[in-house]
Amino acid sequence: MQRAYEVMFIVRPDLTEEDLDKLVATLQSHATGAGATVKNAEKMGRRRLAYDVKKFQEGQYVLFTLAAEGKAIHELERRLRVAEPVIKYITVRTDEEQQRLEKVRKIRASRSRRPPAEAAAAADESPAVNA
Amino acid sequence: MADEVNQAVSTPAPRPQGRSDRPDRPDRGQGGPGARDGGRKFFRRKKLCKFCVEKIDDINYKDVRLLGQFVAERGKIVPRRLTGVCTPHQRRLTAAIKRARNIALLPFAAR
Repeated sequence: MQRAYEVMFIVRPDLTEEDLDKLVATLQSHATGAGATVKNAEKMGRRRLAYDVKKFQEGQYVLFTLAAEGKAIHELERRLRVAEPVIKYITVRTDEEQQRLEKVRKIRASRSRRPPAEAAAAADESPAVNA
Repeated sequence: MADEVNQAVSTPAPRPQGRSDRPDRPDRGQGGPGARDGGRKFFRRKKLCKFCVEKIDDINYKDVRLLGQFVAERGKIVPRRLTGVCTPHQRRLTAAIKRARNIALLPFAAR
């Protein structure tokens, strides 16, 4: 069962750009090796942390968007835990939220597609509400 | 609601110490009580849910700027009664804020 996930992790700030690229590349290859497809790997840049993590006040954020099975995610999380430069990570399952958003958008689109009656009704309604 | 009225009425008087830790309402709130002292006899604008009004469907934990509007100075989540956010959206907002806290985008407690 493939699901959509987002894995965000923070890398220690003193890691150089090349090392970060290398780390991202290796993690990506590990993820694909475990059976996940990495749709997007984005470096979100340096950011001040809201609280100290392992005595660091800054961190470099990286975001992976993937479609994977639970097992692959488990493996990736294990890698992140073991990887020394990674100071914090979070995995979020996004497919259910995306489905919900699509549904909402569809409803909204279908409403805007038949505007005359709807708009008239809305116009009738709003003054009454304000009064 | 009763609480809100009491608070609005009591604002001109010196604030009791115990209340100082309460999350302050965000400045950019849509009017409402507290906008004017002793607001009871004045017109009080109905607070509207920001997410409903601006049609923001996706409350994402990565959107720190959006979430930051609903977090008080000390890092607390601002209650619905102060921000006017509707229940379904507050629920999503809360989840998003907690996620953001987990990845150090927002503080658990500031200072």
